[in-house]
Amino acid sequence: MPYTIAEKILLAHTGKKDIKPGEFIEARVDIALGNDITAPLAIEEFRKSGFKKVFDKNKIVLVPDHFAPAKDLRSANQCKILSDFAREQNIKNYFEIGCMGIEHALLPEMGLVGPGDLVIGADSHTCTYGALGAYSTGVGSTDLARSFIDGKCWFRVPGSIKFIYKGKLNKWVGGKDLILFTIGKIGVDGAMYKAMEFSGPVIRGLGMDDRFSMSNMAIEAGARAGIIEPDGITRKYISKFKRKPVFYKSDSAAKYDRIYEWDISDLEPLVACPHLPSNVKPVSKLKDVKLDQVVIGSCTNGRISDLRASARILKGKKIKYGLKLIVIPATQKIYLEALNEGLAEIFVKAGGVFSTPTCGPCLGGHMGILTEGETALATTNRNFIGRMGSPKSFVYLSNPAVAAASAITGRITHPEAL
Amino acid sequence: MIKGKAHKFGSDINTDDIISAKYLVSTDAKELGAHCMESIAPDFAKRVAPGDIIVAGNNFGCGSSREHAPVAIKGCGISAVIARSFAAIFFRNAINIGLPFVESNDADKIKEGDLIEIDLAGGIIKNLTQNETYKTQGFPEFLRELVEKGGLMNYIKEKERKNV
Repeated sequence: MPYTIAEKILLAHTGKKDIKPGEFIEARVDIALGNDITAPLAIEEFRKSGFKKVFDKNKIVLVPDHFAPAKDLRSANQCKILSDFAREQNIKNYFEIGCMGIEHALLPEMGLVGPGDLVIGADSHTCTYGALGAYSTGVGSTDLARSFIDGKCWFRVPGSIKFIYKGKLNKWVGGKDLILFTIGKIGVDGAMYKAMEFSGPVIRGLGMDDRFSMSNMAIEAGARAGIIEPDGITRKYISKFKRKPVFYKSDSAAKYDRIYEWDISDLEPLVACPHLPSNVKPVSKLKDVKLDQVVIGSCTNGRISDLRASARILKGKKIKYGLKLIVIPATQKIYLEALNEGLAEIFVKAGGVFSTPTCGPCLGGHMGILTEGETALATTNRNFIGRMGSPKSFVYLSNPAVAAASAITGRITHPEAL
Repeated sequence: MIKGKAHKFGSDINTDDIISAKYLVSTDAKELGAHCMESIAPDFAKRVAPGDIIVAGNNFGCGSSREHAPVAIKGCGISAVIARSFAAIFFRNAINIGLPFVESNDADKIKEGDLIEIDLAGGIIKNLTQNETYKTQGFPEFLRELVEKGGLMNYIKEKERKNV
């Protein structure tokens, strides 16, 4: 029977002979991930259940990244629940600040996730690892608690939607714009319960960081996964890790619920306007939007190529007087790279702040909360009401180059217009 | 039987709407419940009488995986959620923690304040104010089993006991 890549990976993690969309299955997971918001609830459930030992101390990853370094007393307590549990269970992959990074940048960077893996994470952006050819999906704390016990999770096998991108990308357009374009076309429920499969010549030409940005935001279209078939670029990315990846490909006769095919040659950088990631407009239509803050970072766009793209624009320039620019590298490795390449200096000289890794402002945690009436342009993934602070603030989403250009002018700006 | 007054919401109600991230330093249902829907309906938690029902459009619970969202809904006294459709992670979280919910294409017909009765087993919603009856989508067998066992952890405990 012909299968999609999503179906193949799920099937390989069950004892079953075949699988079909809509079916409920129990599957073994390769990695189960939790953070300082979701893991405390999972640990509480695990303890209540009466089980004493986790199924496999090497397959659980705990990352305090959302409110860490602890933003207040109560988040310090949440982080401590993780570190206590990690110590008690001898969990190898617990990342204290100092080696911590934003989970969805950290796990691929550490080689903890790879092609063919089945990954669950109590964080909706766990779909990021689909960029490596994994089936990776967000679940809840109780799902995580259950996986601690027997290493399994229940899944409803999703139907797949294929997205084929053709043409040639314009200079300032990348993975972030492709996914915003896609969400703008199909809506925030356009792939509800589905696995998105990103394909076509444009995807084959994208580097890993751009691919991560795309898969990362599959959840913003309601998808369970956002998968890219692994290729030479994937192989190169994972070559430094000691792991035996399985490269699955969709069969040519695989069944899709829907296939979209787009020529993206005319695409200009896009911006998602308040208050939904699907409210997408071309950057040139938003010249009048005045900004109080620009945030460059997050699991969507806090990787080294994102910082490089921003720094290229900010080099030797000053940001608009009165604007707050916050740059947050996603991991310690990226932080060091940014220091060594002189990027940190560019950001600071431009008038921005350069932070230790954290999810921070993306979810309105800390490190740049918006007050009433303030407007931010961020390279993050969500612009819901109150997402970055006050319910009366406004968040726009863009790629890192647009964010950097806009920090200079204080208005949403096409990098070309500088 | 679930019975209560309807509190209406639109489509794409996300988990930041249901419980803002600033409250995610707690796992306590009562504390989370006091801030349920605060960003989009500031007095919501105060208006809810125990047993009341949330009625919404498409894609209820989209966004983050925070289980604090269904926990907050339960914690403020809501007995069930009716929506045209639910986002996937919210859907599984609600199943896993035992928050009753039903999908119904007739959710739009319910008005703010209508007195609603839900027969989960029968898959029927009764609108006592408008004297109407609506069908629900119903759950597949696997999910019914999870719900009947009282959520995922009870289901696993029972399964593990059998394995020993």
